[in-house]
Amino acid sequence: MSATLIRNVRRLDPLAGTDSVGDLAFRNGVIVDPAQGAFDEVIDGSGHWVLPGIVDLCARTRDPGATQKGTMRSESNAAFASGITALCLPPDTRPVIDNTAVVIRVNRIAKAAGGAYVYMLGALTKGLEGEALAEISALKSAGCVGVTNGLTPVANALVARRALEYAASLGMTVHVVPLDAALANHGCAHEGAVATRLGLASIPVAAEAVAMRQWISLVEDTGARVHFGRLSSARGVELLAAAKARGLPITADVAAHQLFLTDAALEGFNALAYVIPPLRSADDRTALREAVGSGLIGAICSDHQPHELDAKTNPLPLTEPGISAVETLLPLGLRLVHDGLLSPLALAERLVHGPVQVLGLPGRGLAIGAAADLCLVDPAREWRLDAAGMKSVGRNTPFIGEAFRGRATQVWRG
Amino acid sequence: MSDALQLTSAGRLRHLLSIEGLSKPLLTEILDTAEQFADHRNSRGKKFPLLHGKTVVNLFFEASTRTRMTFELAAKRLSADVLNLQIAASSTSKGETLLDTLKTMEAMQVDMFVIRHEASGAAHFFAQHAAPEVAILNAGDGRHAHPTQALLDMFTIRRHRPDFSKLTVAIVGDILHSRVARSDIHALRMLGAREIRVVGPRTLIPAGIEAMGVTVFNDLDSGLKGADVIMLLRLQKERMVGAFLPSTGEFHRDFGLTRARLAKLPPEVLVMHPGPINRGVEIEGDVAYSERSLILEQVEHGIAVRMAVMAMILGDTGATS
Repeated sequence: MSATLIRNVRRLDPLAGTDSVGDLAFRNGVIVDPAQGAFDEVIDGSGHWVLPGIVDLCARTRDPGATQKGTMRSESNAAFASGITALCLPPDTRPVIDNTAVVIRVNRIAKAAGGAYVYMLGALTKGLEGEALAEISALKSAGCVGVTNGLTPVANALVARRALEYAASLGMTVHVVPLDAALANHGCAHEGAVATRLGLASIPVAAEAVAMRQWISLVEDTGARVHFGRLSSARGVELLAAAKARGLPITADVAAHQLFLTDAALEGFNALAYVIPPLRSADDRTALREAVGSGLIGAICSDHQPHELDAKTNPLPLTEPGISAVETLLPLGLRLVHDGLLSPLALAERLVHGPVQVLGLPGRGLAIGAAADLCLVDPAREWRLDAAGMKSVGRNTPFIGEAFRGRATQVWRG
Repeated sequence: MSDALQLTSAGRLRHLLSIEGLSKPLLTEILDTAEQFADHRNSRGKKFPLLHGKTVVNLFFEASTRTRMTFELAAKRLSADVLNLQIAASSTSKGETLLDTLKTMEAMQVDMFVIRHEASGAAHFFAQHAAPEVAILNAGDGRHAHPTQALLDMFTIRRHRPDFSKLTVAIVGDILHSRVARSDIHALRMLGAREIRVVGPRTLIPAGIEAMGVTVFNDLDSGLKGADVIMLLRLQKERMVGAFLPSTGEFHRDFGLTRARLAKLPPEVLVMHPGPINRGVEIEGDVAYSERSLILEQVEHGIAVRMAVMAMILGDTGATS
């Protein structure tokens, strides 16, 4: 094992809430006192930041089940190279993560793959069918850090309520992507002028708001912890704020692309900008950015959904939604810093501390004795995202060709 | 976006995907070219050699009778070889993708594909992937666009009312699902129509359509007041299922063009419909073929307009033979 010293680096510690320049050292995967002992490797950290490894609340590796889109090896390593040392896998693999056998299998695949550490959300209902509860207690024992029905809504409110009660009695957080299926109605674009002009079936903001209202009502009844994932609208932000103001145990995240793109990205039938929940209006984007700035939305995730080329080679409504996003999570986060929306420390909070709290994981900081799960960032490095340079199997991102400033230059897993 | 794709660097038609992005001079040129074909048509039997040796494939993934027929006639009158393919959506699920279908047919030296598909953006998709020497003509993609229908509608209007700037046009019915409405709106706006109205119940008016430059009316009588042209749209029967409307009867009562309603309007008001009509739904049967109706003229003009577009894309000099 090795010992590394990073000198004169800006240390962003979201657990301690400190932002300071100095040295940081680690030996055998543990952070140590930089003033003691010898180091095999000394890195000049001037102009660089170091922060705990990023925790991505939602990234699909497509493995098992759809390895033409990505494998555990390709995706967890693409994530790791981009500063993500842990990612959280939703249960919509094939087979669905709704029993311990699948958890064990995915763990085995993840262990062999290397790259980012893989946490799992178990299925809330069997087969994600929204009817019978999955064996949540067993899933918890097997290591799942939460439960969700993913992008498949729980249509029956009684089932949803019982699922919440059951999960709550086990101390499990229920992750919800709030999207009412009837209102979403198989649409592929935000309801508004762009979808209307392009003739795309649309998804009203109410699809998010109605679902959120229902879950919030059930939280009021049960006191269960709910995490809303991938918020897309200003109205969603309002509902979140009101629920939190009343002290309800509710948290939320947003996918990084929602903070930069709007439905205008669909112009010319750009299937790369087709995501669920959809990219919405500039006002929605502004509200989401403000909520990230204030900390109301405590986490930013990638919502990574890699696809093979064929999945996006069709007229837009016939393509599969989703963006290959682990490689742009930190770079887009850095844009928020360059835009003045977040301080570097606040970015570390949204990418590390917020997700850690949602998942109930041990805190990730830079104190001596902590695991050396680290991400070294050059915030000024100019680079361009080109498809050939991507490590993910999925090159499906609307950010292809764009210039970025800043990226992870070295990543360590403690 | 579409303009970059459908125009050459010199601003000429490379494909026809959408009315959006076509300039007023280009639209006018298409209509003028169509005029020449329409005139010649009166002298019967005349065939033009403009597309001699060219192959046009009508690739219809959605059922169509009149559009496909008029495209076929247009291509034949320009001396092209024409192939008609009606592809059931299911046959593309055999494993062949849309792109495979396009590439396979391109390999047969096809010069132009006339494409109708249920997915919005299908024509753009084909144009993005077509070989450089292959042209795509959009015969209707989902709810997005039906540019030749809009062109024939403009052609028909222009023959009766040459000055668009004096026109108030009311488009009535199922705007939400209508590619015809969207293309007509773009064309009317580019040609300078004074006012464009869309008229229908809220369930059939898509959100944000005002951004296309139209005024929304949810009441037929106020929507028709002062209108010079009434463009009716076909109401798809399957719309009853999705709770858009309670019944065709109620739709007819509130939004159908009846003889009684028409009688209240000035005699010079023009009535149009892209067909096929639903008698007793959006239009009372005997209004369809009344002296006010241009419905059959529209069908006839479809041929000249489609000849004009094909000639401008594939022929070298347009229709000045």
